[in-house]
Amino acid sequence: MLIKRAADLRSSDITDQRLYLNRREFIGATAATTAAVAAGVLGTEAFVHAATAAPHGRKLENVGKSKFSADEKPNKWEDITTFNNYYEFGIDKDSPSMFAKNLKIEPWTVAVGGECAKKGNMPLEDILKGQALEERIYRHRCVEAWSMVIPWVGFPLADLIKKCEPTSKAKFLEFTTFFDPKQMSARTSAIRYPYVEGLRMDEAMHPLTIVAVGLYGEVIPNQDGAPLRLVVPWKYGFKHIKSIAKINFVEKQPLNTWQDQASSEYGFYANVNPTVDHPRWTQATERRIGEFLRRKTLMFNGYGDQVASLYSGMDLKRNY
Amino acid sequence: MKLSDRAVRFGLKPLVFLTALGPFFYLVRAALTGNLGADPLAALTNETGLWTLRLICITLAITPLRKLTGWNVLIKFRRMAGLFAFFYGTLHLTTYAIVDRFAGLDQAAAWVEALGGGHVPGGMLVASTARSLATSIGADIYKRPFITIGFATWLTMLPLAITSTAGWIRRLGGRRWNRLHRLVYLTGILGPLHYWWLVKADVRRPLTYAAVVAVLLGARVFWNRPRRTPVPARTTATPA
Repeated sequence: MLIKRAADLRSSDITDQRLYLNRREFIGATAATTAAVAAGVLGTEAFVHAATAAPHGRKLENVGKSKFSADEKPNKWEDITTFNNYYEFGIDKDSPSMFAKNLKIEPWTVAVGGECAKKGNMPLEDILKGQALEERIYRHRCVEAWSMVIPWVGFPLADLIKKCEPTSKAKFLEFTTFFDPKQMSARTSAIRYPYVEGLRMDEAMHPLTIVAVGLYGEVIPNQDGAPLRLVVPWKYGFKHIKSIAKINFVEKQPLNTWQDQASSEYGFYANVNPTVDHPRWTQATERRIGEFLRRKTLMFNGYGDQVASLYSGMDLKRNY
Repeated sequence: MKLSDRAVRFGLKPLVFLTALGPFFYLVRAALTGNLGADPLAALTNETGLWTLRLICITLAITPLRKLTGWNVLIKFRRMAGLFAFFYGTLHLTTYAIVDRFAGLDQAAAWVEALGGGHVPGGMLVASTARSLATSIGADIYKRPFITIGFATWLTMLPLAITSTAGWIRRLGGRRWNRLHRLVYLTGILGPLHYWWLVKADVRRPLTYAAVVAVLLGARVFWNRPRRTPVPARTTATPA
Protein backbone atom coordinates (compact mmCIF):
# COMPACT_ATOMS: atom_id res chain seq x y z
CA MET A 1 0.00 0.00 0.00
CA LEU A 2 1.23 3.40 -0.92
CA ILE A 3 1.05 5.93 1.81
CA LYS A 4 0.97 9.40 0.35
CA ARG A 5 2.64 12.23 2.13
CA ALA A 6 0.36 15.07 3.06
CA ALA A 7 0.95 17.88 0.58
CA ASP A 8 -0.01 20.79 2.76
CA LEU A 9 2.97 20.63 5.05
CA ARG A 10 6.02 22.30 3.55
CA SER A 11 9.46 21.97 5.02
CA SER A 12 9.45 25.68 5.83
CA ASP A 13 6.42 25.16 8.07
CA ILE A 14 8.39 22.97 10.38
CA THR A 15 9.86 24.84 13.28
CA ASP A 16 13.60 25.00 13.10
CA GLN A 17 14.81 22.24 15.36
CA ARG A 18 17.41 24.50 16.94
CA LEU A 19 14.76 27.02 17.83
CA TYR A 20 12.55 24.30 19.15
CA LEU A 21 15.30 22.93 21.33
CA ASN A 22 15.91 26.45 22.60
CA ARG A 23 12.35 26.97 23.75
CA ARG A 24 13.30 26.46 27.36
CA GLU A 25 15.99 29.06 27.09
CA PHE A 26 13.53 31.38 25.42
CA ILE A 27 11.04 31.02 28.26
CA GLY A 28 13.88 31.31 30.73
CA ALA A 29 15.11 34.53 29.15
CA THR A 30 11.61 35.98 29.22
CA ALA A 31 11.26 35.13 32.89
CA ALA A 32 14.70 36.55 33.68
CA THR A 33 13.92 39.79 31.84
CA THR A 34 10.64 40.15 33.73
CA ALA A 35 12.46 39.55 37.00
CA ALA A 36 15.15 42.10 36.11
CA VAL A 37 12.61 44.78 35.20
CA ALA A 38 10.65 44.06 38.37
CA ALA A 39 13.80 44.26 40.47
CA GLY A 40 14.63 47.59 38.83
CA VAL A 41 11.29 49.16 39.59
CA LEU A 42 11.08 47.75 43.09
CA GLY A 43 14.73 48.52 43.77
CA THR A 44 13.83 52.19 44.10
CA GLU A 45 12.03 51.17 47.27
CA ALA A 46 15.35 50.23 48.80
CA PHE A 47 16.03 53.93 49.28
CA VAL A 48 13.03 54.24 51.54
CA HIS A 49 15.08 54.98 54.63
CA ALA A 50 17.78 57.20 53.18
CA ALA A 51 16.00 60.37 54.30
CA THR A 52 18.20 63.31 55.21
CA ALA A 53 17.01 66.26 57.25
CA ALA A 54 17.47 69.61 55.54
CA PRO A 55 20.63 71.55 56.44
CA HIS A 56 19.88 74.61 58.51
CA GLY A 57 19.48 77.78 56.48
CA ARG A 58 19.93 81.50 56.97
CA LYS A 59 18.18 82.95 60.04
CA LEU A 60 15.33 85.31 59.19
CA GLU A 61 15.45 88.67 60.98
CA ASN A 62 12.72 90.68 62.69
CA VAL A 63 10.22 87.86 62.87
CA GLY A 64 7.20 88.88 64.93
CA LYS A 65 4.86 86.72 66.95
CA SER A 66 1.22 86.11 65.97
CA LYS A 67 -2.00 85.77 67.92
CA PHE A 68 -3.00 83.12 65.37
CA SER A 69 -0.29 80.69 66.50
CA ALA A 70 -1.48 77.43 68.01
CA ASP A 71 -0.43 76.69 71.57
CA GLU A 72 0.88 73.24 70.67
CA LYS A 73 4.29 71.64 70.56
CA PRO A 74 5.71 71.87 67.02
CA ASN A 75 7.04 68.77 65.27
CA LYS A 76 10.78 68.37 64.99
CA TRP A 77 12.78 69.96 62.16
CA GLU A 78 13.75 66.41 61.10
CA ASP A 79 10.10 65.39 60.76
CA ILE A 80 9.07 68.48 58.84
CA THR A 81 11.99 68.21 56.40
CA THR A 82 12.02 64.44 55.78
CA PHE A 83 8.31 63.74 55.49
CA ASN A 84 7.03 65.66 52.50
CA ASN A 85 4.60 65.23 49.66
CA TYR A 86 6.33 66.94 46.75
CA TYR A 87 5.79 64.57 43.85
CA GLU A 88 8.06 66.50 41.49
CA PHE A 89 10.90 65.03 43.57
CA GLY A 90 9.45 61.50 43.85
CA ILE A 91 6.41 59.88 45.39
CA ASP A 92 7.95 58.60 48.63
CA LYS A 93 7.69 60.85 51.64
CA ASP A 94 11.46 61.09 51.98
CA SER A 95 12.27 61.52 48.27
CA PRO A 96 12.03 65.33 48.44
CA SER A 97 14.53 65.36 51.32
CA MET A 98 17.01 63.62 49.04
CA PHE A 99 16.38 65.33 45.72
CA ALA A 100 15.01 68.82 46.41
CA LYS A 101 18.50 70.24 46.93
CA ASN A 102 18.83 70.37 43.13
CA LEU A 103 16.16 73.05 42.92
CA LYS A 104 17.66 76.44 42.08
CA ILE A 105 15.76 79.07 44.04
CA GLU A 106 17.91 82.14 43.33
CA PRO A 107 16.95 84.24 41.47
CA TRP A 108 13.21 83.67 41.79
CA THR A 109 10.35 85.52 40.15
CA VAL A 110 6.62 85.06 40.38
CA ALA A 111 4.67 85.65 37.18
CA VAL A 112 1.55 87.61 38.09
CA GLY A 113 -1.25 87.69 35.53
CA GLY A 114 -4.96 87.71 34.79
CA GLU A 115 -7.51 90.10 36.25
CA CYS A 116 -5.16 92.55 37.94
CA ALA A 117 -3.46 95.87 37.28
CA LYS A 118 0.11 94.89 38.18
CA LYS A 119 0.81 92.14 35.65
CA GLY A 120 4.33 90.92 35.04
CA ASN A 121 7.25 89.18 36.70
CA MET A 122 7.63 90.03 40.33
CA PRO A 123 11.12 89.28 41.75
CA LEU A 124 11.06 87.66 45.17
CA GLU A 125 13.07 90.58 46.61
CA ASP A 126 10.28 92.96 45.59
CA ILE A 127 7.68 90.73 47.22
CA LEU A 128 9.66 90.68 50.46
CA LYS A 129 10.75 94.36 50.42
CA GLY A 130 9.35 96.09 53.50
CA GLN A 131 7.19 93.07 54.23
CA ALA A 132 6.85 92.27 57.95
CA LEU A 133 7.35 88.58 58.73
CA GLU A 134 5.53 86.65 61.43
CA GLU A 135 5.89 83.25 62.99
CA ARG A 136 2.69 81.24 62.61
CA ILE A 137 2.55 77.94 64.45
CA TYR A 138 -0.18 76.07 62.60
CA ARG A 139 -1.71 72.64 62.72
CA HIS A 140 -1.14 70.90 59.38
CA ARG A 141 -3.53 68.13 58.33
CA CYS A 142 -2.81 66.00 55.26
CA VAL A 143 -5.64 64.40 53.28
CA GLU A 144 -3.81 61.11 53.97
CA ALA A 145 -4.86 61.37 57.63
CA TRP A 146 -1.54 62.36 59.22
CA SER A 147 -0.84 65.71 60.81
CA MET A 148 1.91 67.89 62.21
CA VAL A 149 2.33 71.19 64.01
CA ILE A 150 4.58 73.49 61.99
CA PRO A 151 6.21 76.80 62.98
CA TRP A 152 6.02 78.64 59.66
CA VAL A 153 7.43 82.09 59.05
CA GLY A 154 5.55 84.16 56.52
CA PHE A 155 3.17 86.98 55.79
CA PRO A 156 -0.53 87.27 54.93
CA LEU A 157 -1.29 86.41 51.32
CA ALA A 158 -3.61 89.43 51.44
CA ASP A 159 -0.52 91.72 51.50
CA LEU A 160 0.76 90.23 48.24
CA ILE A 161 -2.69 90.31 46.64
CA LYS A 162 -3.02 94.05 47.39
CA LYS A 163 0.32 94.69 45.65
CA CYS A 164 -1.08 93.07 42.51
CA GLU A 165 -4.21 95.29 42.50
CA PRO A 166 -6.80 92.74 41.35
CA THR A 167 -9.82 93.98 39.39
CA SER A 168 -13.44 93.37 40.36
CA LYS A 169 -13.48 90.43 37.95
CA ALA A 170 -10.90 88.55 40.03
CA LYS A 171 -13.01 85.98 41.90
CA PHE A 172 -10.40 83.25 42.32
CA LEU A 173 -6.64 82.83 42.46
CA GLU A 174 -4.85 80.17 40.48
CA PHE A 175 -1.36 79.20 41.67
CA THR A 176 1.18 77.18 39.70
CA THR A 177 4.24 75.38 41.07
CA PHE A 178 7.57 75.88 39.33
CA PHE A 179 8.35 72.94 37.07
CA ASP A 180 11.61 72.00 35.39
CA PRO A 181 12.25 68.28 34.84
CA LYS A 182 15.99 68.96 34.77
CA GLN A 183 16.01 70.26 38.34
CA MET A 184 13.24 68.04 39.59
CA SER A 185 13.90 64.35 39.61
CA ALA A 186 10.38 63.65 38.41
CA ARG A 187 11.30 60.21 37.19
CA THR A 188 7.78 59.35 38.09
CA SER A 189 5.05 61.06 36.15
CA ALA A 190 2.60 60.14 38.87
CA ILE A 191 0.46 63.22 38.32
CA ARG A 192 0.28 65.92 35.66
CA TYR A 193 2.73 68.82 36.02
CA PRO A 194 2.97 71.67 36.65
CA TYR A 195 1.00 71.43 39.88
CA VAL A 196 -1.96 73.81 40.09
CA GLU A 197 -4.00 74.96 43.08
CA GLY A 198 -6.63 77.59 43.66
CA LEU A 199 -8.44 79.62 46.30
CA ARG A 200 -11.58 81.69 46.31
CA MET A 201 -10.79 85.40 46.75
CA ASP A 202 -12.26 85.60 50.27
CA GLU A 203 -10.29 82.51 51.33
CA ALA A 204 -7.14 84.02 49.88
CA MET A 205 -7.73 87.34 51.65
CA HIS A 206 -8.43 85.66 55.02
CA PRO A 207 -5.91 86.66 57.71
CA LEU A 208 -5.07 82.99 58.46
CA THR A 209 -3.92 82.42 54.87
CA ILE A 210 -0.21 83.07 54.57
CA VAL A 211 2.69 82.83 52.18
CA ALA A 212 5.42 80.96 54.05
CA VAL A 213 9.07 81.75 53.38
CA GLY A 214 10.53 80.29 56.55
CA LEU A 215 10.48 77.40 58.98
CA TYR A 216 11.67 77.45 62.60
CA GLY A 217 12.89 81.03 62.08
CA GLU A 218 15.10 80.05 59.14
CA VAL A 219 14.78 80.26 55.36
CA ILE A 220 12.38 77.53 54.28
CA PRO A 221 14.09 74.33 53.01
CA ASN A 222 13.54 73.31 49.39
CA GLN A 223 11.55 70.18 50.24
CA ASP A 224 9.02 72.32 52.10
CA GLY A 225 8.37 74.52 49.08
CA ALA A 226 11.17 77.09 48.87
CA PRO A 227 11.33 79.92 48.29
CA LEU A 228 7.65 80.63 48.89
CA ARG A 229 4.62 78.44 49.45
CA LEU A 230 1.01 78.77 50.43
CA VAL A 231 -0.32 77.83 53.89
CA VAL A 232 -4.08 77.58 54.44
CA PRO A 233 -4.31 75.83 57.82
CA TRP A 234 -7.99 74.85 57.69
CA LYS A 235 -7.52 72.99 54.40
CA TYR A 236 -5.86 69.66 53.59
CA GLY A 237 -2.16 69.83 52.82
CA PHE A 238 -2.49 69.44 49.06
CA LYS A 239 -3.99 72.95 48.87
CA HIS A 240 -0.74 74.36 50.27
CA ILE A 241 0.99 74.77 46.92
CA LYS A 242 4.80 74.81 47.02
CA SER A 243 7.49 76.79 45.16
CA ILE A 244 5.01 79.22 43.61
CA ALA A 245 6.01 80.35 40.11
CA LYS A 246 2.74 81.85 38.89
CA ILE A 247 -0.29 83.60 40.34
CA ASN A 248 -3.26 84.18 38.10
CA PHE A 249 -6.33 86.19 39.06
CA VAL A 250 -9.29 84.53 37.38
CA GLU A 251 -13.05 84.82 37.15
CA LYS A 252 -13.87 81.10 37.18
CA GLN A 253 -12.97 78.44 39.74
CA PRO A 254 -9.64 76.91 38.66
CA LEU A 255 -9.21 73.17 38.23
CA ASN A 256 -6.69 72.11 40.84
CA THR A 257 -4.33 69.20 40.14
CA TRP A 258 -5.78 66.60 42.52
CA GLN A 259 -9.34 67.33 41.52
CA ASP A 260 -8.25 66.91 37.91
CA GLN A 261 -6.52 63.67 38.91
CA ALA A 262 -9.41 62.08 40.82
CA SER A 263 -12.45 64.32 41.23
CA SER A 264 -14.36 61.72 43.26
CA GLU A 265 -11.64 61.78 45.92
CA TYR A 266 -10.36 65.37 45.94
CA GLY A 267 -12.40 68.52 45.49
CA PHE A 268 -11.69 72.22 45.09
CA TYR A 269 -12.38 73.31 48.67
CA ALA A 270 -10.59 70.49 50.52
CA ASN A 271 -11.57 71.87 53.91
CA VAL A 272 -10.54 69.58 56.75
CA ASN A 273 -13.78 67.81 57.63
CA PRO A 274 -14.03 64.76 59.92
CA THR A 275 -17.59 64.05 58.77
CA VAL A 276 -16.75 63.62 55.08
CA ASP A 277 -14.60 60.54 54.51
CA HIS A 278 -12.18 60.08 51.68
CA PRO A 279 -13.73 57.29 49.57
CA ARG A 280 -10.94 54.94 50.62
CA TRP A 281 -10.20 55.96 54.21
CA THR A 282 -11.69 57.75 57.16
CA GLN A 283 -11.06 61.42 57.88
CA ALA A 284 -12.55 61.18 61.37
CA THR A 285 -9.14 60.57 63.00
CA GLU A 286 -5.54 61.40 62.23
CA ARG A 287 -2.10 60.40 63.38
CA ARG A 288 -0.02 63.29 64.61
CA ILE A 289 3.51 62.47 63.45
CA GLY A 290 5.44 61.34 66.51
CA GLU A 291 2.38 60.03 68.36
CA PHE A 292 0.91 56.55 68.66
CA LEU A 293 -2.69 57.31 69.62
CA ARG A 294 -4.81 58.68 66.81
CA ARG A 295 -6.40 62.09 67.41
CA LYS A 296 -9.94 63.02 66.55
CA THR A 297 -9.81 65.31 63.53
CA LEU A 298 -11.33 68.75 64.20
CA MET A 299 -13.74 70.52 61.85
CA PHE A 300 -11.77 73.03 59.75
CA ASN A 301 -8.70 71.60 61.50
CA GLY A 302 -9.73 73.50 64.63
CA TYR A 303 -9.95 76.88 62.86
CA GLY A 304 -13.77 76.84 62.61
CA ASP A 305 -14.27 79.94 64.77
CA GLN A 306 -12.32 82.01 62.25
CA VAL A 307 -13.32 80.43 58.94
CA ALA A 308 -16.68 78.64 59.23
CA SER A 309 -18.52 81.81 58.17
CA LEU A 310 -16.80 81.66 54.76
CA TYR A 311 -18.89 78.61 53.98
CA SER A 312 -22.23 79.43 55.57
CA GLY A 313 -25.07 78.03 53.50
CA MET A 314 -22.76 75.74 51.53
CA ASP A 315 -23.25 71.98 51.46
CA LEU A 316 -19.82 70.81 52.59
CA LYS A 317 -20.64 67.19 51.79
CA ARG A 318 -20.96 68.16 48.14
CA ASN A 319 -18.24 70.83 48.15
CA TYR A 320 -15.56 68.62 49.70
CA MET B 1 21.92 20.49 40.75
CA LYS B 2 22.57 17.57 43.03
CA LEU B 3 22.55 18.12 46.75
CA SER B 4 22.51 15.46 49.39
CA ASP B 5 19.48 15.32 51.68
CA ARG B 6 21.74 16.10 54.60
CA ALA B 7 23.14 19.22 52.94
CA VAL B 8 19.63 20.48 52.21
CA ARG B 9 18.23 19.70 55.61
CA PHE B 10 21.05 20.90 57.81
CA GLY B 11 22.77 23.43 55.54
CA LEU B 12 20.55 25.07 52.97
CA LYS B 13 17.26 25.02 54.84
CA PRO B 14 18.40 26.83 57.98
CA LEU B 15 20.22 29.33 55.76
CA VAL B 16 17.12 30.09 53.70
CA PHE B 17 15.04 30.24 56.88
CA LEU B 18 17.31 32.88 58.41
CA THR B 19 17.39 34.84 55.15
CA ALA B 20 13.60 34.92 55.07
CA LEU B 21 13.61 36.25 58.63
CA GLY B 22 16.03 38.99 57.53
CA PRO B 23 13.38 41.62 56.71
CA PHE B 24 11.69 40.94 60.06
CA PHE B 25 14.89 41.48 62.03
CA TYR B 26 15.73 44.49 59.90
CA LEU B 27 12.35 46.08 60.64
CA VAL B 28 12.56 45.35 64.37
CA ARG B 29 16.03 46.86 64.51
CA ALA B 30 15.05 49.91 62.45
CA ALA B 31 11.99 50.43 64.65
CA LEU B 32 14.01 50.20 67.88
CA THR B 33 16.75 52.54 66.63
CA GLY B 34 14.30 55.07 65.18
CA ASN B 35 15.29 54.44 61.58
CA LEU B 36 11.86 54.08 60.03
CA GLY B 37 11.40 57.72 59.09
CA ALA B 38 9.06 60.35 60.47
CA ASP B 39 6.04 58.04 60.39
CA PRO B 40 7.42 54.71 61.60
CA LEU B 41 3.94 53.23 62.06
CA ALA B 42 3.04 53.76 58.41
CA ALA B 43 6.47 52.48 57.37
CA LEU B 44 5.93 49.25 59.38
CA THR B 45 2.52 48.73 57.79
CA ASN B 46 3.88 49.32 54.27
CA GLU B 47 7.01 47.24 54.64
CA THR B 48 5.29 44.19 56.13
CA GLY B 49 2.76 44.39 53.29
CA LEU B 50 5.46 44.59 50.64
CA TRP B 51 7.34 41.62 52.08
CA THR B 52 4.12 39.62 52.06
CA LEU B 53 3.71 40.38 48.35
CA ARG B 54 7.34 39.51 47.64
CA LEU B 55 7.05 36.16 49.41
CA ILE B 56 3.80 35.37 47.62
CA CYS B 57 5.65 35.99 44.35
CA ILE B 58 8.59 33.82 45.47
CA THR B 59 6.21 31.02 46.47
CA LEU B 60 4.48 31.15 43.10
CA ALA B 61 7.86 31.23 41.32
CA ILE B 62 9.14 27.95 42.75
CA THR B 63 7.27 25.54 40.50
CA PRO B 64 7.97 27.40 37.23
CA LEU B 65 11.62 27.85 38.24
CA ARG B 66 11.92 24.17 39.01
CA LYS B 67 10.42 23.29 35.65
CA LEU B 68 12.77 25.60 33.77
CA THR B 69 15.96 24.69 35.59
CA GLY B 70 15.28 21.12 36.50
CA TRP B 71 16.44 21.86 40.07
CA ASN B 72 14.04 19.60 41.88
CA VAL B 73 15.50 20.59 45.22
CA LEU B 74 13.50 23.82 44.96
CA ILE B 75 10.30 21.99 45.84
CA LYS B 76 11.67 21.50 49.34
CA PHE B 77 11.45 25.25 49.89
CA ARG B 78 7.93 25.85 48.64
CA ARG B 79 6.22 25.24 51.97
CA MET B 80 8.73 27.45 53.78
CA ALA B 81 8.20 30.30 51.31
CA GLY B 82 4.44 29.99 51.61
CA LEU B 83 4.56 29.96 55.39
CA PHE B 84 6.78 33.04 55.40
CA ALA B 85 4.28 34.80 53.13
CA PHE B 86 1.65 33.95 55.74
CA PHE B 87 3.98 35.10 58.52
CA TYR B 88 4.56 38.52 56.94
CA GLY B 89 0.88 38.75 55.98
CA THR B 90 -0.11 38.13 59.60
CA LEU B 91 2.41 40.74 60.78
CA HIS B 92 0.90 43.16 58.25
CA LEU B 93 -2.64 42.46 59.45
CA THR B 94 -1.59 42.79 63.10
CA THR B 95 0.22 46.08 62.43
CA TYR B 96 -2.87 47.45 60.72
CA ALA B 97 -5.10 46.28 63.58
CA ILE B 98 -2.91 47.99 66.19
CA VAL B 99 -1.74 51.10 64.37
CA ASP B 100 -4.79 51.90 62.29
CA ARG B 101 -7.65 50.54 64.41
CA PHE B 102 -6.63 50.06 68.05
CA ALA B 103 -4.82 53.43 68.21
CA GLY B 104 -8.07 55.12 67.21
CA LEU B 105 -10.20 53.51 69.94
CA ASP B 106 -11.40 55.46 72.96
CA GLN B 107 -9.90 52.75 75.19
CA ALA B 108 -6.42 53.07 73.67
CA ALA B 109 -5.40 55.91 75.98
CA ALA B 110 -6.28 53.81 79.05
CA TRP B 111 -4.08 50.99 77.71
CA VAL B 112 -1.13 53.29 77.17
CA GLU B 113 -1.58 54.66 80.68
CA ALA B 114 -1.85 51.20 82.28
CA LEU B 115 1.06 49.67 80.39
CA GLY B 116 3.19 52.80 80.84
CA GLY B 117 2.62 52.61 84.60
CA GLY B 118 3.50 48.93 84.63
CA HIS B 119 -0.03 47.77 85.42
CA VAL B 120 -1.92 44.91 83.85
CA PRO B 121 -5.05 46.23 82.14
CA GLY B 122 -8.21 45.16 83.95
CA GLY B 123 -10.66 42.58 82.68
CA MET B 124 -13.35 45.18 81.98
CA LEU B 125 -10.95 47.17 79.84
CA VAL B 126 -9.78 44.06 77.98
CA ALA B 127 -13.34 43.00 77.25
CA SER B 128 -14.57 46.38 76.09
CA THR B 129 -11.43 46.90 73.98
CA ALA B 130 -11.84 43.51 72.31
CA ARG B 131 -15.46 44.35 71.48
CA SER B 132 -14.64 47.80 70.11
CA LEU B 133 -11.64 46.52 68.14
CA ALA B 134 -13.68 43.76 66.52
CA THR B 135 -16.40 46.26 65.58
CA SER B 136 -13.85 48.73 64.27
CA ILE B 137 -12.01 46.17 62.12
CA GLY B 138 -15.26 44.60 60.94
CA ALA B 139 -16.69 47.96 59.90
CA ASP B 140 -13.48 48.83 58.05
CA ILE B 141 -13.46 45.51 56.17
CA TYR B 142 -17.11 46.05 55.25
CA LYS B 143 -16.74 49.69 54.26
CA ARG B 144 -13.44 49.92 52.40
CA PRO B 145 -12.90 47.72 49.34
CA PHE B 146 -9.10 47.71 49.58
CA ILE B 147 -9.32 46.53 53.18
CA THR B 148 -11.87 43.91 52.12
CA ILE B 149 -9.47 42.63 49.47
CA GLY B 150 -6.53 42.76 51.86
CA PHE B 151 -8.35 40.74 54.48
CA ALA B 152 -9.52 38.28 51.81
CA THR B 153 -5.90 37.85 50.71
CA TRP B 154 -4.92 36.90 54.25
CA LEU B 155 -7.94 34.57 54.52
CA THR B 156 -6.88 32.64 51.40
CA MET B 157 -3.53 31.95 53.05
CA LEU B 158 -5.00 30.81 56.37
CA PRO B 159 -6.22 27.30 55.39
CA LEU B 160 -3.04 26.76 53.39
CA ALA B 161 -0.89 27.56 56.40
CA ILE B 162 -3.00 25.29 58.64
CA THR B 163 -2.88 22.34 56.23
CA SER B 164 0.79 22.73 55.41
CA THR B 165 1.87 19.89 57.69
CA ALA B 166 2.61 16.33 56.61
CA GLY B 167 -0.24 15.20 58.85
CA TRP B 168 -2.75 17.30 56.98
CA ILE B 169 -1.48 16.12 53.60
CA ARG B 170 -2.07 12.56 54.78
CA ARG B 171 -5.48 13.35 56.23
CA LEU B 172 -6.70 15.12 53.12
CA GLY B 173 -4.97 12.88 50.62
CA GLY B 174 -2.64 14.26 47.95
CA ARG B 175 -5.38 14.98 45.41
CA ARG B 176 -7.64 16.95 47.69
CA TRP B 177 -4.69 18.69 49.33
CA ASN B 178 -3.42 19.77 45.91
CA ARG B 179 -6.81 21.04 44.92
CA LEU B 180 -7.13 23.07 48.13
CA HIS B 181 -3.68 24.56 47.71
CA ARG B 182 -4.57 25.94 44.30
CA LEU B 183 -6.11 28.68 46.45
CA VAL B 184 -2.64 30.24 46.40
CA TYR B 185 -3.34 31.42 42.84
CA LEU B 186 -6.15 33.54 44.26
CA THR B 187 -3.75 34.87 46.91
CA GLY B 188 -1.45 35.93 44.07
CA ILE B 189 -4.26 37.78 42.30
CA LEU B 190 -5.77 39.46 45.37
CA GLY B 191 -2.49 40.66 46.91
CA PRO B 192 -1.43 43.06 44.13
CA LEU B 193 -5.07 44.15 43.74
CA HIS B 194 -5.12 45.22 47.40
CA TYR B 195 -1.93 47.23 46.85
CA TRP B 196 -3.24 48.72 43.59
CA TRP B 197 -6.40 49.94 45.22
CA LEU B 198 -4.68 51.83 48.04
CA VAL B 199 -2.06 53.86 46.17
CA LYS B 200 -2.91 57.49 45.53
CA ALA B 201 -1.57 58.10 42.06
CA ASP B 202 1.40 56.12 40.79
CA VAL B 203 0.32 52.53 40.11
CA ARG B 204 3.64 51.34 38.73
CA ARG B 205 4.71 49.50 41.87
CA PRO B 206 1.49 47.53 42.29
CA LEU B 207 1.55 46.98 38.54
CA THR B 208 4.98 45.37 38.83
CA TYR B 209 3.75 42.84 41.36
CA ALA B 210 0.69 42.19 39.21
CA ALA B 211 2.95 41.62 36.18
CA VAL B 212 5.17 39.17 38.07
CA VAL B 213 2.12 37.20 39.23
CA ALA B 214 0.67 37.31 35.69
CA VAL B 215 3.86 35.78 34.27
CA LEU B 216 3.98 33.11 36.98
CA LEU B 217 0.32 32.14 36.59
CA GLY B 218 0.56 32.52 32.80
CA ALA B 219 3.41 30.01 32.74
CA ARG B 220 1.14 27.46 34.42
CA VAL B 221 -1.66 28.10 31.96
CA PHE B 222 0.85 27.72 29.14
CA TRP B 223 2.23 24.43 30.44
CA ASN B 224 -1.18 23.00 31.19
CA ARG B 225 -2.78 24.13 27.95
CA PRO B 226 -4.87 21.46 26.25
CA ARG B 227 -2.93 19.71 23.52
CA ARG B 228 -4.36 18.24 20.38
CA THR B 229 -2.43 15.01 20.47
CA PRO B 230 -1.30 13.18 23.52
CA VAL B 231 2.39 13.69 24.07
CA PRO B 232 4.19 10.36 24.03
CA ALA B 233 6.55 9.55 26.81
CA ARG B 234 10.07 10.67 26.10
CA THR B 235 11.94 7.50 25.34
CA THR B 236 14.50 8.58 22.78
CA ALA B 237 16.82 11.50 22.44
CA THR B 238 14.64 13.13 19.79
CA PRO B 239 12.46 15.93 21.00
CA ALA B 240 8.91 14.89 21.73
